[in-house]
Amino acid sequence: MADVAAVIASTHHPFYYRASTATGADRPPFADEWVAKIERFRETLTRAEPDVLVMVGSDHFHQLWLDNMPQFLVGKAPFFDANFYNEEREFGLPRMTLRGEEDLAAHLLRDGLDRDFDLAFSNELRIDHSITCPIITLRPQADLPIVPVYTNIFAPPLPQPRRFVALGKAIREMVESWESDKRVAIIGTGHLSLELGGPRQFGEHGPDPEFDRKAVEWIAGGDLEGCLAEVSLESLHSPGNATHGFMDFMLMMGVAGEGQKADHVDTLDLFHTMEAYFTWYPNGAPAGTEHST
Amino acid sequence: MSRYLLDKFLYTVDRDPDLVERYREDPAGTVAWWEAEMANTILNCTAAEKSTWLEFTEPERRALRQHDHVALFEMGAHPFLTLTLFIAMFERDHGPLEYQKAYGAAMAHISLPYPDIAT
Repeated sequence: MADVAAVIASTHHPFYYRASTATGADRPPFADEWVAKIERFRETLTRAEPDVLVMVGSDHFHQLWLDNMPQFLVGKAPFFDANFYNEEREFGLPRMTLRGEEDLAAHLLRDGLDRDFDLAFSNELRIDHSITCPIITLRPQADLPIVPVYTNIFAPPLPQPRRFVALGKAIREMVESWESDKRVAIIGTGHLSLELGGPRQFGEHGPDPEFDRKAVEWIAGGDLEGCLAEVSLESLHSPGNATHGFMDFMLMMGVAGEGQKADHVDTLDLFHTMEAYFTWYPNGAPAGTEHST
Repeated sequence: MSRYLLDKFLYTVDRDPDLVERYREDPAGTVAWWEAEMANTILNCTAAEKSTWLEFTEPERRALRQHDHVALFEMGAHPFLTLTLFIAMFERDHGPLEYQKAYGAAMAHISLPYPDIAT
């Protein structure tokens, strides 16, 4: 059976690529600290020596549209092209092509349906920055096959937070029941408090630093019970109008498991939003790992 | 109210570089053309297989014609779509983050709960 080599949850900041590659006067003052944190975070994945990446993210109205909107979707294809014209335009993101791991995708679809998750699927999926940002930060050589899993955190009506958690728990079990000797890292990205297109956007910090503080505590400590007790579809409007992306973090807490403390926790307070990075090693930390929480 | 159609306009214009420029330069003409030719196109069907019932209300037409992102927000257009398209059209005329901050400041009078964006 496959091994879960690492579980990783992260924000996906589309400005990282440009900030980290900018030089001279174009390089923002926070770039060096940001790059240093990302390189430490990247090392947590490298040390886990993964063969395959399950990538949880959310399409931002790129390929998935309101005339046919899935709640949860698994990409099953030999290749995934990546990034869209408007992401090149706004964020300077590069075009990419990633290989797919179809056997694991087929297993997640079959097993997921049998566990009563009515998963949609796509055999030709162009993935966006919710998946390519963590490739750029965590595995910039983009050399490993992936299984993309898309969630709807964007176009209401949305599934309940507990459903994200349940799907995360199921993904963990399904990966562990995959008949393979591969080492799988499960990586998901979302947001802490975030406002896009509303009055609180692009402030000095994220729109709700108190929510961010609590959220980091929930995730770092694996406090699913505390998190589910406070977070609802309704409550997530208050920290910022794009904060429903936090449900992808809740999904990843489901993958990591109730009460599981993260082995690596880091944050970076940027203008507009707080960055947050978490890694768990379900089967013990690889050699050379310093506990960095 | 046709939030879905507002979103469809923003979505189809934002993903097409030529339409982004056309909407920036000639908003009234682009909105009229789009409503006549594109509003009833089903994006995953052939051109002949159209819908028959989609049209803007007059306030929606006006908000789009006037590039009025505050009115679009108040009508429940998806804020991500509006922001992305408006950055594409107008960020170039401003200093770094200046447009994004002004965009937010123009909505300072709006408080929670924000308009519903469900379609």
